[in-house]
Amino acid sequence: MSQETTDAQASERIPAMQRILDNPFILLFIGVVFPSVFYIIWGIVEIVNIPLAP
Amino acid sequence: MSNELFRTCPESGLQFHRPAERLMKAHAVVAVVILLLGGIAALLVTLTRWPAVHLLPADRFYQLLTSHGVNMLIFWIISFEIAILYFCSSTLLKCRLATPKLAWVGFGLMLLGIIVNNLAVANGDASVMMTSYVPMPANPNFYLGLILFAVGALIGCFIFLATLVVAKDEKTYEGSIPLVTFGALTACIIAVFTIASGAIVLVPTWLWSLGYINNIDAAMYRIVWWALGHSSQQINVAAHVSVWYAIAAIVFGARPLSEKVSRTAFFLYIAFLQLASAHHLLVDPGLSAEWKIFNTSYAMYLAVLASMVHGLTVPGSIEVAQRAKGYTKGLFQWLQKAPWSNPIFSGMFISLVGFGFLGGISGVVMGTEQINIIIHNTIYVPGHFHATVVIGTTLAFMSLTYFLIPTLFRKQVAFPGIAKLQPYFFGIGMSVFALAMMGAGTLGVERRHWDMAFTNSTLAFEYPASAYTLMGIMGVAGVVAILGGAMYILVTVTSVFFGKPVGSESSYGFTTARVSRADPLIVPEGGHAAAGKWGFAAPGTFLLAIFFLVTFILYYAVNWKYLASVWPLS
Repeated sequence: MSQETTDAQASERIPAMQRILDNPFILLFIGVVFPSVFYIIWGIVEIVNIPLAP
Repeated sequence: MSNELFRTCPESGLQFHRPAERLMKAHAVVAVVILLLGGIAALLVTLTRWPAVHLLPADRFYQLLTSHGVNMLIFWIISFEIAILYFCSSTLLKCRLATPKLAWVGFGLMLLGIIVNNLAVANGDASVMMTSYVPMPANPNFYLGLILFAVGALIGCFIFLATLVVAKDEKTYEGSIPLVTFGALTACIIAVFTIASGAIVLVPTWLWSLGYINNIDAAMYRIVWWALGHSSQQINVAAHVSVWYAIAAIVFGARPLSEKVSRTAFFLYIAFLQLASAHHLLVDPGLSAEWKIFNTSYAMYLAVLASMVHGLTVPGSIEVAQRAKGYTKGLFQWLQKAPWSNPIFSGMFISLVGFGFLGGISGVVMGTEQINIIIHNTIYVPGHFHATVVIGTTLAFMSLTYFLIPTLFRKQVAFPGIAKLQPYFFGIGMSVFALAMMGAGTLGVERRHWDMAFTNSTLAFEYPASAYTLMGIMGVAGVVAILGGAMYILVTVTSVFFGKPVGSESSYGFTTARVSRADPLIVPEGGHAAAGKWGFAAPGTFLLAIFFLVTFILYYAVNWKYLASVWPLS
């Protein structure tokens, strides 16, 4: 493989962020997991940990 | 694949997959019918909260407020959004819609849910507002209708995702999906989270209303319900921002200033926008300050940043396209020469300005734990979301409708004179309506209450006279906005059901550019920067953005000053 071909392949390599943005299912995963963890699960853990009134 | 399954719109160049086209029409028609129902309820609710009129008795007021909330915030918007999802996948990617038969099942479930829920509310034993907080019980069919609708909408979301897979597999596009489709994908992802949250909270609540479950914890309910209630409005934000980009391309042939920046902004929506639901719980006991502040004052600001990016890039792209056409004089000739009599543009631009200045700034104030307390649960809150959802989303969807009537329904727009005025009636009326609500809310006027005067109550409250004046202004402006909504219904229904077909010699009546797959049409020679001046690609937009930021900072600071005055520390 020539040096030119390797360089061309390297220059055409798709950046990681673009690969993420081009994959709807990774985005779906992020879009469901982030709010589920930071909003719902964290919030519910706090509610569950409220001590019951005697 | 048979070509008979596809139709190419001669004016726009858009290619419609016929089964998808029928589904888009069905969803759009149902959405507009729901908008009519919600609009009638809006008129009656407005005339009741207008103190000088105070039209309805209390029980009827709460019934109609429930109907208005659910129909407008859930049924109208999501029905239209499913049509947008099918348009942005099948039409913009020029591919077949995945599993149209299943899509009809989804549509049927949505329609059934709308009917079941509305009958429950009409029955009079489900006047629990859209939030339906437990332990206030409603007719079980109220929850069942919402569940059926949610399942149908979820099917629509997965069909959108499946259509993206089909398009990629059949290579109907190259590289990345168009930006407008990416925005629709953002809306779809938020919708999946929203609807799943809705199922998690509404299925047990339905079982509780039937007597199969003894108790639903009120604090738990509120957390999970707001993942449905607020996030459903975030679907709208992503969808109407996509519509802004689409209209900029349709009317001006504009291309985004930077695809990378715009896509990154949509990514910020995907990751952080739903977390803003927490601002509804800022005064709830049991939740820590860390949870509240992370979800609102940290995560939410990243989503606000994304909205400001879109608010800059959409008008910026229009400015660049206009400058490339020769409107280069001064800072604002591009805006002055914009087609203000074209409702596709005027509605979209009012939507953008109203969403940013009224909805955006007030949203940040509500999302800040300390200053939120000034206006928490006052009529300021519906003032805010009428700016975001009604001016921002509904007006953007109305604008898009004027494009879809000839392209999707193949009908000429009826009453073009009324159509030209409609965005101004609706947008300006709703802006004054929202501002008056925010003003009254800042004075403490409560939301959702039948009688702001608390007549004959033990704990009456004396509002300043200005609060009553603002509520009166709200009433007048609300009627003007509802008139604008009625104009939209008149034009849309007449055009679609009784309008003249669009012949090859017929014009739309409005200026539009040919657009195919939302591809950019205008690329200034020398790139974006060459079209601007003083080193800015879009100097007029930059100045408008600075004006926005100054307004934002001033209003934010005024609220902190106001907090200091209402809560003395001495």
